[in-house]
Amino acid sequence: MEFEPVIGLEIHAQLLTDAKIFCGCSAKFGAAPNTHTCPVCLGMPGVLPVLNRKVVEFMLRMALATNCRINPECSFARKNYFYPDLPKGYQISQYAAPPAEHGWVEVEIHGGKKRIGITRIHMEEDAGKLMHDERNPVSMVDLNRTGVPLIEIVSEPDIRSAEEAAAYLRRLHETLVYLGICDGNMEEGSFRCDANVSLRPRGTEPFGTRAELKNMNSFRNVQRALEYEIKRQQYVLEGGGEVVQETRLWDDTAGVTQSMRGKEEAHDYRYFPDPDLVPVVIDDAWIEEVRKTLPELPLEKRERFVRDYQLSAYDAGVLTTSRALADYYEEVVKLSGQPKIAANWVMGDILRFLNEDKKDIRECPIAPSSLAGMIRLIQEGAISGKMAKEVVEAMYKTGKTPQAIIEEQGLVQITDEEALAKTIAEVIGKNPVQVEQYRAGREKVFGFFVGQAMKATQGKANPQLINDLLKKMLAPDT
Amino acid sequence: MELNELTIHELLDRLRAGETSSAEITASVFGRIDAVEKEVHAYITLMRETALAEAEAADERIRKGEMGALTGIPIALKDIFCTKGVRTTCGSRILENFVPPYDATVVTKLRAAGAVFTGKTNMDEFAMGSSTENSFFGATRNPWDRDRIPGGSSGGSAAAVAADECIAALGSDTGGSIRQPAALCGVVGLKPTYGRISRFGLVAFASSLDQIGPFTKDVEDCAILMNVLAGYDPRESTSVPEEVPDYRRFLSQGIESWKVGIPKEYFIAGIDPEVEAAVRRAIRVVEGAGAKCIEVSLPHTEYCLAVYYIVAPAEASSNLARYDGVKYGFRSGEGRDLLEMYKKTRAAGFGAEVKRRIMIGTYALSSGYYDAYYKKASQVRGLIKRDFDEAFTKCDVILTPTTPTPAFRIGEKTDDPMQMYLSDILTISTNLAGIPGISVPCGFTAAGLPVGVQFLAGHFQEGRLLQFASAYEKHAQIEKRRPTL
Ligand SMILES: [Zn+2]
Repeated sequence: MEFEPVIGLEIHAQLLTDAKIFCGCSAKFGAAPNTHTCPVCLGMPGVLPVLNRKVVEFMLRMALATNCRINPECSFARKNYFYPDLPKGYQISQYAAPPAEHGWVEVEIHGGKKRIGITRIHMEEDAGKLMHDERNPVSMVDLNRTGVPLIEIVSEPDIRSAEEAAAYLRRLHETLVYLGICDGNMEEGSFRCDANVSLRPRGTEPFGTRAELKNMNSFRNVQRALEYEIKRQQYVLEGGGEVVQETRLWDDTAGVTQSMRGKEEAHDYRYFPDPDLVPVVIDDAWIEEVRKTLPELPLEKRERFVRDYQLSAYDAGVLTTSRALADYYEEVVKLSGQPKIAANWVMGDILRFLNEDKKDIRECPIAPSSLAGMIRLIQEGAISGKMAKEVVEAMYKTGKTPQAIIEEQGLVQITDEEALAKTIAEVIGKNPVQVEQYRAGREKVFGFFVGQAMKATQGKANPQLINDLLKKMLAPDT
Repeated sequence: MELNELTIHELLDRLRAGETSSAEITASVFGRIDAVEKEVHAYITLMRETALAEAEAADERIRKGEMGALTGIPIALKDIFCTKGVRTTCGSRILENFVPPYDATVVTKLRAAGAVFTGKTNMDEFAMGSSTENSFFGATRNPWDRDRIPGGSSGGSAAAVAADECIAALGSDTGGSIRQPAALCGVVGLKPTYGRISRFGLVAFASSLDQIGPFTKDVEDCAILMNVLAGYDPRESTSVPEEVPDYRRFLSQGIESWKVGIPKEYFIAGIDPEVEAAVRRAIRVVEGAGAKCIEVSLPHTEYCLAVYYIVAPAEASSNLARYDGVKYGFRSGEGRDLLEMYKKTRAAGFGAEVKRRIMIGTYALSSGYYDAYYKKASQVRGLIKRDFDEAFTKCDVILTPTTPTPAFRIGEKTDDPMQMYLSDILTISTNLAGIPGISVPCGFTAAGLPVGVQFLAGHFQEGRLLQFASAYEKHAQIEKRRPTL
């Protein structure tokens, strides 16, 4: 029997607000343990939460970018469980009344497009972190992360393969980062993904029993874990067995998913409306205000790049992988007026340098104006393409302008026709045998003269000019 | 009369006239505490040294002419309000040594108004109880009869005011915890509208029901404290940005032609005849003052106790989850692993009544039971609220007994939680509806135990409620007695 996977993803994205969701503490990552805390996020007796409205605004950005329906009123609920990283003994989340529902995103898969539904998006607070001392039987609690705002994005079970899941995940990731509401760092946990996976005989409707996958902290791991889990369930079902509803952890080293059996028994979270918070009212005016602040989203940008700059879909895709890269590219285009050449330089040399150094475009030492300047110099014939390769490398290493580098290294292309003619005459004079051959009709010898001329000018001559002069000076009637 | 026996307004007059000082008043209060506290046990923690220093500072401000609304007045705080640097136990072993790093909003407000804090008063653990017997620090005794309970959960505050161990006190009321002990101790106790006074820094019992209010020796003092305590707090999401009137302005006005609703459901079988007689006298008093009494109906009254004992424990089971031994408070050192540490800490840290309510609440919220209990209770709560809304279209205030009986004996109901719960049967509906209620003394039983009458009004009608209460107080002319201690 052929089986079809049914996958749904739950994504938790940490929001980049300055303050935490229910108190005034900083939400920034990386401070000394327990320094970003106050009585409210420490869960002291008597403290009360007050919602940071910026969190609602950030949630709304994502909800609008993913075509969700915004509910005019939503409320918070308590999810009750005991754990030392949860100071109140409950997490403030949203349950029965989420702010955004019924959205969708489009992903490109096998050259086509597929729409994946989003069930809901809601706001909640993050928990703290436990740090285990490997030599002593003690655990330390860092509550800096407690109360950092999260949004949870739950997809419909519309995903049918690990590959689709990865495409969906990338789409959400780039959208969140484009919107400027999440830094998208999977390793540091600011973008987390859990998956629900089940199989059903292809062509049938009812869902099979699902397993929940956790602990996949990279795009690659999500795809690998899903591929493994699909095979595992297929093996179980083909062997006549039954899939158990359970939570399974991805083991990166072993490359397998493993049952959490016993470690986390089925929790009864006893959700109920949080009596300390009032319902959040989101009116049309607020929605419109947020909509106005939405940047161009990656998909729209990609389509515009293809349309306006005549780029291939592939090139447009590469250049829009991040908002910063797209902005860099567009700045170069604006200053150089050469969208295709700019695309080649940015995607070629620039991205190669950055990849080698594991740097982000925002850290690129070459200013867009410098790259545009260099492109202009090539267009004007001031430097050759070959020289430009050296220039751009020097620009990357030193951060200097192309003009400065060309001058320093004496790289100015020889465009003085008289001087060049003199050099070429010398080349011709030194090689009488080849001159005879060429004039006798062996045109291949022409390349030899180009090479010699380039060598004599140390590569600084304009190749087009060399070609023209050689043709003229080698002609039999001279 | 000793200074500690006077009211806030009497003392403020004397302070303004330079006839006494806060230092003298505070010394008088602590003199009384030294004399009677052993018998009453109203306090968990005394703040003698800081109180004397605050009194000196108050006198300094009075000399400079910087008199605030409560400058130099000794006030006691129920040990449920967080006080920066002063331990706040909530009557529980689990917070026995907890010292908050911040002040509750009401504490900040009282401090800003110039109050002198005498100490933290005794209470039922986490405000769960009606007798102050559920305190880890031992029971408080009713000043009128030391074999009897003072009511609860704010029994310490009520007893401290009744015994003149402070001039006024703050309590909290989740199902009657201000009004019931006020009635049983013969003082005035007000539970304002939910949202009128910020709960920030009030250790939570049941968040949708908890409300802070004053215990005072008369209605005027109650208005003076409300002027200081009421108002919106940006740190509290459920506090309401409703304008705060000058509550004293209402006091001298009459109640002529006011309509007073008498809910038939509140004169139930089981009401002590002496209590009923005293309340019937109160009805005649307000009629004598020009009000007209009419019968009203609150048809869902019979469900109040059931609804309350689902909603309050459910919220409490979640609110009390934070006492896990990890961050502060008591921790049992015996656990071998995390789960065992949690279990032993909470088993040893909480008393029996708290554990009972955590279990009830956990059950009511459990999957499979939520709809039948918590959800249903919330729906019925809406009906209870509607009963009051409808009643207040027909009348200005509602008059009922505050408690079904006078103070009962210590130990009398400790083995029968249901009997204990029934002592709040006349006060619980107010919290479920979120409306304000006040208990005012309305006489004594033959045995000399105080009886209280309860007045209720619509949301944010504290001004009208105080107007009615002060008119009643003026016309009733209840005999001024002091407990013999
Ligand atoms: Zn904080």
